[in-house]
Amino acid sequence: MTISRRSLIGTATAVAVAETLPRVPARAATPSLTIGVCSDFSGPYQDVGGNTSVACVDQAIAEFTASHPGMSVQVLKGDHQNKPDVGAEIARRWFDQSVDLLIDVPNSAVALAIAGVAKDKDKVFINSNAATSELTNKFCNADTIHWTYDTYMLAHSTGGAMVKSGGKKWFFITADYAFGHLLRDQTEAVVKAAGGTVVGDVDYPFPSTTDFSSYLVQAQSSGADVLGLANAGKDTVNSIKQAHQFGLTKTGIKLAGLLIFLNDVNGIGLDIAQGLILTESFYWNMNDNTRAFTKRVLPRTPNNYPSMGHAGCYSGTLHFLKAVNEMGIANAKKSGAGIVEQMKKMPTDDDAFGKRSIRVDGRFMCPAFLFQVKKPGESKIPWDYYNLLATTPAEEAFMPLSEETCALIKA
Amino acid sequence: MTLFGFSRAQTIAFGILLILIVVSPLVLYPIFLMQVMCFSLFALGCNLLMGYIGLLSLGQAAYFGMGGYITAYAVQSLGVTPEIGIVLGGLTGAALGTVFGWLAIRRTGIYFAMITLALAQMVYFFAVEAPFTGGENGIQGVPRGKLFGLISLNHDMAMYWLVAAIFIAGFLLAHRIIHSPFGQVVKAIRENEPRAISLGYRNEQYKWLIFILAGAFAGVAGGTKSLVFGIATLTDVHWPMSGEVVLMVLLGGIGTTFGPIVGALIVIAMENYLASFGAWVTVIQGAIFMACVLVFRRGVIGEIGHRLKQAL
Repeated sequence: MTISRRSLIGTATAVAVAETLPRVPARAATPSLTIGVCSDFSGPYQDVGGNTSVACVDQAIAEFTASHPGMSVQVLKGDHQNKPDVGAEIARRWFDQSVDLLIDVPNSAVALAIAGVAKDKDKVFINSNAATSELTNKFCNADTIHWTYDTYMLAHSTGGAMVKSGGKKWFFITADYAFGHLLRDQTEAVVKAAGGTVVGDVDYPFPSTTDFSSYLVQAQSSGADVLGLANAGKDTVNSIKQAHQFGLTKTGIKLAGLLIFLNDVNGIGLDIAQGLILTESFYWNMNDNTRAFTKRVLPRTPNNYPSMGHAGCYSGTLHFLKAVNEMGIANAKKSGAGIVEQMKKMPTDDDAFGKRSIRVDGRFMCPAFLFQVKKPGESKIPWDYYNLLATTPAEEAFMPLSEETCALIKA
Repeated sequence: MTLFGFSRAQTIAFGILLILIVVSPLVLYPIFLMQVMCFSLFALGCNLLMGYIGLLSLGQAAYFGMGGYITAYAVQSLGVTPEIGIVLGGLTGAALGTVFGWLAIRRTGIYFAMITLALAQMVYFFAVEAPFTGGENGIQGVPRGKLFGLISLNHDMAMYWLVAAIFIAGFLLAHRIIHSPFGQVVKAIRENEPRAISLGYRNEQYKWLIFILAGAFAGVAGGTKSLVFGIATLTDVHWPMSGEVVLMVLLGGIGTTFGPIVGALIVIAMENYLASFGAWVTVIQGAIFMACVLVFRRGVIGEIGHRLKQAL
């Protein structure tokens, strides 16, 4: 059979036109909600967000609808490619097509852009995976909740612990964009408040840097006790691996990875990562509840254990569904800010984080756990990586309301 | 038929275009259509360079992105009305085009392309480092404001009509430029530069002016886009954007009146509706580009025009 060029073009055009037609959502008999998971599915943060986040959202929905069969929930996923404009565009399109909740969003720049869109469209945005504390500070709004962690918590927990254990002289290697600067500045404040000093600081171009050797040499010759890594994802993995190759740790410099997830430790490997100090607000092997949750969700994500960002997606979705159920779906759909208000009124309760609450500025209040990475011999089962060192209560882990400029506090 | 210098076939096509602009927001997502119109404008400018004077620039993103930044900054931080913001965006594109063009037009072919690329990379670096652009964050939460201080653009359809008006004005202007005596000389330079010089035309000045106009089109397009989405970011000033606009022009039909619009529609539709394939979008784009170059080199509109024996 021969295909003429004309028919080929004709078919291509028809397909293109059909693709551009709007999809009319089928009317479901049961009242339905739509949740959009906007994450990094192809880039450096795909392990800390990505499909495992979707699995956790699915898990929360499955658990909730099992006990509330009257509700049907649909899940969409979108890849923001770590570009704020792509993220904002996805958010705008989803909210216009009646997505009720947008969740996850690693990458601070994208998260801030989406928070703005959520406010414009009055729809709920739960951020679980971005770091910037500005989401509940300068750029807070009535439609946004910041779940799992933030830069303030990381700076105080990891930074504070390192200074206390004798690391007084710091050298920073910083990803040269808003997130890196914020994380470094907040850690620097903690170090100085505890009587430490910063002996050096170098910014590297983000996201194009993979070779950290020149920065590591500078750190080595600076006379610092602690090397603070104000970066995330593959950058952190690369800088830690290279620091190991350069023998920095053997010369007595301690590494402070200010943002490390369980999945990063898995990527680095225990032989190199052992002894690292880090902070997360969830660890799967913490207690019976977290283990039960992990056991339930693992069939959906067999190769990637949930880290705190993933657990936040589960916890946030579950609490959102509870709040909507409390209000009634028709009533809840009227206003995103209304749902968020209801979520702030109700205490949260789930296996991943236990009984917690959401503060007036949209901050989810959970304790911060300081962990040390196990030695290879100590790890008994797969993904058994952490020893708990200390716990910071929620009230101390996050920025006090009195220091924040969030407009919601006065209201 | 002399309406704006349209031929009969072009008048019919223009009529269809106007009808589509009015009808399609009833069926399609208005933000998507606005995006298509912004990129059409961008591609129309690029087509002036590529299609009519035969200069391939790989740095058009610089004017597009900076136009976006300046418009966003002016509207958000200086509090100007959106139409002034867009004009400022266009002026930024033109100003950059004036400086860069002065340097770049001294060479042709691959040297010209590399110079424009190098200059655009400098602009990109500036956008990463300058405080007002917000680095990786971009300029976020740009308000659409009130047109002439009166009409609120917050509703998508209000914004749609503004973008449509800018787009139609830009389209007619581009067409008018090409069909003016100036445009005739420009095409003469494309066809046979030494001959145009021997006839006494100062070819460099013609090239320069076209370069500046392309910059201004890109600046207006970038500025309008930043208002539509309320955000101006590094994506728009990064080099893949320069490649994308070249792809739009090639797909639609280089040196045609309607080609850039069709090219923009195809590329933007692919990006929007194939987004679920993630990284595969670029692979698909690459495959389509190769198919276009190998099978229908005149582009969609160019090929249709060739079949109908009409200039479209």
